[in-house]
Amino acid sequence: MSRALLLLRRAARDYAPAALLLVALVVVWEVVVRALDVAPYLVPAPSRIARAFMEVRGTLPGHLRTTTSEAAVGLALSAILGAACAALLAWSTPLRRAVYPLLVISQNVPLVVIAPLVVVWFGFGMLPKVLVVTLMGFFPIVVATTDGLLRADRELIELARSYGAGRWQVLRGVLVPSAVPSFFAGLQISAAYAVLGAVIAEWVGASSGLGLFITRSQTAFRVDRVFVAVAVIAALSIASFAAVHLAARLAMPWQHFVRGGVQEEV
Amino acid sequence: MSSMPDGRAIEVRGLSLTYAGRPPVVALDGVDLVVAPGEFAVLLGPSGCGKSTLLRALAGLVRPTAGEALASSVAYMPQRDLLLPWRRVLGNATFAAELAGVPPAEARGRARALLGRFGLEGFERAWPAQLSGGMRQRLALLRTFLAPRDTLLLDEPFGALDAITRREMQGWLQGVLAEESRTVLLVTHDIEEALTLADTVYVMSPRPGRIVDRVEVSLTRPRDATTLTSPEFTALKAHLLRALEGPTRNR
Ligand SMILES: Nc1ncnc2c1ncn2[C@@H]1O[C@H](COP(=O)(O)OP(=O)(O)O)[C@@H](O)[C@H]1O
Ligand SMILES: [Mg+2]
Repeated sequence: MSRALLLLRRAARDYAPAALLLVALVVVWEVVVRALDVAPYLVPAPSRIARAFMEVRGTLPGHLRTTTSEAAVGLALSAILGAACAALLAWSTPLRRAVYPLLVISQNVPLVVIAPLVVVWFGFGMLPKVLVVTLMGFFPIVVATTDGLLRADRELIELARSYGAGRWQVLRGVLVPSAVPSFFAGLQISAAYAVLGAVIAEWVGASSGLGLFITRSQTAFRVDRVFVAVAVIAALSIASFAAVHLAARLAMPWQHFVRGGVQEEV
Repeated sequence: MSSMPDGRAIEVRGLSLTYAGRPPVVALDGVDLVVAPGEFAVLLGPSGCGKSTLLRALAGLVRPTAGEALASSVAYMPQRDLLLPWRRVLGNATFAAELAGVPPAEARGRARALLGRFGLEGFERAWPAQLSGGMRQRLALLRTFLAPRDTLLLDEPFGALDAITRREMQGWLQGVLAEESRTVLLVTHDIEEALTLADTVYVMSPRPGRIVDRVEVSLTRPRDATTLTSPEFTALKAHLLRALEGPTRNR
């Protein structure tokens, strides 16, 4: 009971400043748009965006579902492929030397260039969107996880070996658990970009999704609806970030107790 | 590291070990040392003299440059406690035993039975980060004890603890060993710790490490505060101090 209250108090302390600032900005926005009488096709007032939201609340969930599943599947794929690739790169130094520069170069190819190509190659269905999200999410996960695997405590590995651990046991018992925090750090970054990746891929061509919703609204000069989509995308990004955060908590219950953790703040 | 002659748990002969590098570091230079089964041997020497290196050679983690380091099956406890932050107390206790091939259920059963003796009762589901320094060290010792090995190699197991906790732990370790007999080779740079625990003390010189003295300690057990202030203890302490100072200091 008091623990729940404590958590609530802490949440209020952590998130209240951001929420207050957001409310203040929206109020200023409303006042400025009204005072200067800005045309709604340039910058709509928050109240007008709210009205637009009520208009589209029937069609929006379908688009939201499409984008969410593309982002989720793409993120899951990048997590699986990223972790597997990191294991290979950490395992073989020559392979790491060969592949790492290519990975870095691949990161510098802009997504807006890749997305149309992927759509041309794989059609207009869900696959190209998932692939774009995967391509975006892959890099941070590989880099962070490889680093985590390579930084595992050497003495801990020696200790395991002294008790007869083989390569596989060292991997499972020491290396993988040591790399879990780094993996989640990478996943957190990828999750922040996953929704954006899906939307950009939909931009190129789609039959459903928030990206398509934005394109359609733009062609109809409904800037208010574009803003609705932007707000929904922001909310979705925050939700995916929070989901990964929660998953990390569940996967690493011990992190809660390491020095400087939440436990000591209470 | 297999066929040991009868009557020896550890046998080190002419062991030299040089770490490659620029400049190469001669850590050990012709070390001889024999430990009998059931004996409590202590390796006493200043830091940097190669004590950890000797244990690591016995655990098979570094290869001697010359000579041999033979031991029957050993359980190695490194200088840092090296607990796994992602395993609870019970999981850490069974870590070494599991790797050594003890079935997990059996390892857990044995660990539970010993938790109380190691002062960890009620903490089996705690994370290492929640334990005090003394508890962490006892957990690392429990992990070492649970490995199915005859000989324990303990590298400064109480080195990180404050003086009061350290004395407590020394008394406690004597009690545990009285119940669960093992061969022990313990490393320390603390003379009183050596005399409290040892049947035999080997004194090492500063780097490169050599054995400069071997002292048998026949003080009655358990050795408590009374022992510590006895004339025999004081005499042995004076002897070890001189041995540690070495011949060069007298010039
Ligand atoms: N892996 C290593 N590479 C190079 N030098 C080392 C290594 N480990 C230890 N040494 C050196 O070998 C000497 C003995 O080290 P160590 O066995 O740890 O001493 P002690 O445990 O007695 O303090 C020290 O001078 C140390 O710096
Ligand atoms: Mg040492």
